[in-house]
Amino acid sequence: MSIFAQHLIDAISVGGLFAMMALGIGLIFGIMRLINFAHGELVMIGAYAMWLMVALPTPLVIVLSIAVVIVLALGMERVAFRPLRQASPSTLLVASFAVSYFLQNLVQMTLGSRPKPFTFADQLTQSLPIGGFHLPLLQVVSMGLTIAVLVGIVLFLKRTTYGVLMRAAAQDFRMARLCGVRANTVIALSFAASAVLAWVVSLIYAAQTGQISPTMGLRPALIGFVATVVGGLGSLPGAAAGGFVVGVLTVVLQIVLPPELRDFRDAFLFALVLLVLLLRPRGLLAVKAEVERV
Amino acid sequence: MRRLVATIWPLAVLMLVICVIVAAAAAMAPSTQRVVTDGLLKLIVVVGAYIFIGNSGVLSFGHIGFMAIGAYTSAWLTIPPMTKKVLLPGLPDFLMQLHWGTVPATIAGGVAAMVVALVAGLPLMRLSGIAASIGTFAMLAIIQATFSNWTSMTGGQGSLFGLPASTDMYVAGAWGLVTLAVAYAYQCSRFGFRLRSSREEEVASRASGVDVPRERLVAFVISAFFVGVAGSLHAHFLGVVTANQYFLALTFITLAMLVIGGINSLSGAVTGVLVVSVLAELLRRVEGGFTVASWEVSALPGLREVGLALAMLLILVWRPRGLTDGREIGWPGALYGKFASKRKSRP
Repeated sequence: MSIFAQHLIDAISVGGLFAMMALGIGLIFGIMRLINFAHGELVMIGAYAMWLMVALPTPLVIVLSIAVVIVLALGMERVAFRPLRQASPSTLLVASFAVSYFLQNLVQMTLGSRPKPFTFADQLTQSLPIGGFHLPLLQVVSMGLTIAVLVGIVLFLKRTTYGVLMRAAAQDFRMARLCGVRANTVIALSFAASAVLAWVVSLIYAAQTGQISPTMGLRPALIGFVATVVGGLGSLPGAAAGGFVVGVLTVVLQIVLPPELRDFRDAFLFALVLLVLLLRPRGLLAVKAEVERV
Repeated sequence: MRRLVATIWPLAVLMLVICVIVAAAAAMAPSTQRVVTDGLLKLIVVVGAYIFIGNSGVLSFGHIGFMAIGAYTSAWLTIPPMTKKVLLPGLPDFLMQLHWGTVPATIAGGVAAMVVALVAGLPLMRLSGIAASIGTFAMLAIIQATFSNWTSMTGGQGSLFGLPASTDMYVAGAWGLVTLAVAYAYQCSRFGFRLRSSREEEVASRASGVDVPRERLVAFVISAFFVGVAGSLHAHFLGVVTANQYFLALTFITLAMLVIGGINSLSGAVTGVLVVSVLAELLRRVEGGFTVASWEVSALPGLREVGLALAMLLILVWRPRGLTDGREIGWPGALYGKFASKRKSRP
């Protein structure tokens, strides 16, 4: 029983992590038709910001590192993506790939390519005795944080005016603009929201793996991209669902694969994803607005 | 006759450029020749990838995976059996015994890449543009994870050595010419035209009876062959195969070449390779540190990558369709207007 519960908690926390990743990517895709490759670098730089400021008081580190990630996200939008807003989706994709590569190598050039130990969230490595088995505090915190952030973002999107603007823009950007939604505001907002999601991922992911490196953003980003495709490109609930499904799948694969195949977990994961896409090329929750009308 | 000449004109010019570069480098130092060889190998990769990306308009992040397949196939086939016993004790018997020459091994590398492209392409080519790009990225991740963990077959993270270093400038140049010719022939064939019509206007092209996934698959498989060949040649160039070599850095630089040159034309692919190779070589020299009149500039590892990424962003903002703007090299004179490909106006 306790093993099952442990697996269940694993599945939920990994699923939640990737749901946040996919939602961060999906928010921007919905509005700009941009798959932001540099989303993984937001995660990476968030972790590096916390690592650099580790000597400061904790609340200050949290506030400042969130600020760093938001500024970076707004900066990349302003410098790289705004001039390309009229360009085709594949041009935008290449541009974000270049931004990602630029940031990765910039960090490598200035701080070195070696992984660094991540000690900011050290207290979280203790375990919490609950109902007969030991629950790592980190998992409790990350699950709580994930749920809080996901609920928060859903409330923001559903209940606030800005949230409605963003959903409207995600559904049909041109129509939303014709109704008076300001393009720059809503795009900046979505980048900021996606940056906050990336920051939460960076905290949890870095604390879980215990180390940070310039390429640490790659794996979560890749899983996030794939998850948005699985969920159905352009749909926000789809992105979150896709992220969750893919996250749960990684945990299931980790459990069911025989030990000698465990190294290939990601290969199996992506192969499974391709299979899902063979059955449903538009993703689990296909969006009508994405089908080109003539 | 004029028409025929005008049709093959862009190809002839591009082939001539390659020949001139090889001939010029033949008189230079071996280190320069190695730089040129490396550039020619990238040319095969970029032109190979262009067959799919340029004609279909679907970006692929997965082509470097085909390079890895070509390289490992070549390693399995050409490393002497005695060395293989030490490096890869887990290799199946029939592979263990083989000791092929480099030319058949290179072709086998291409064919192996084609087979993988066919299998992976079946689901991938059904996806729409952006989703397909992400799918190819997933394919790259699968190939990378497989090669870097399949220790009994690939030596895992370690490197395989003992491949004959048979790739020199002339071999790379010859394969480069073949790749150019096939890429151009494909793009002028009816397959090429059908695929290009789907790039320009997918809905209209489907309505005219083009089976878009099938046309994409054809291009994907052909392009995989050449990228696989390039991987094999690259392995015989370095004499060593490592899984990490065929991942993001190479994906980025080849994609940068294609995008900077202009994704929609063969001339663009070649221009991109030339421009980026020169730029990368210059940045590499700066990166290593240098002295200007007693003012010493220390080494800046990573400067090349940062510089290339910036160059790519600038090109994208300044000329979103690349340096050539998606056109082929024009036939000079009166026929220019008639045969130059039309620019697509964007809303």
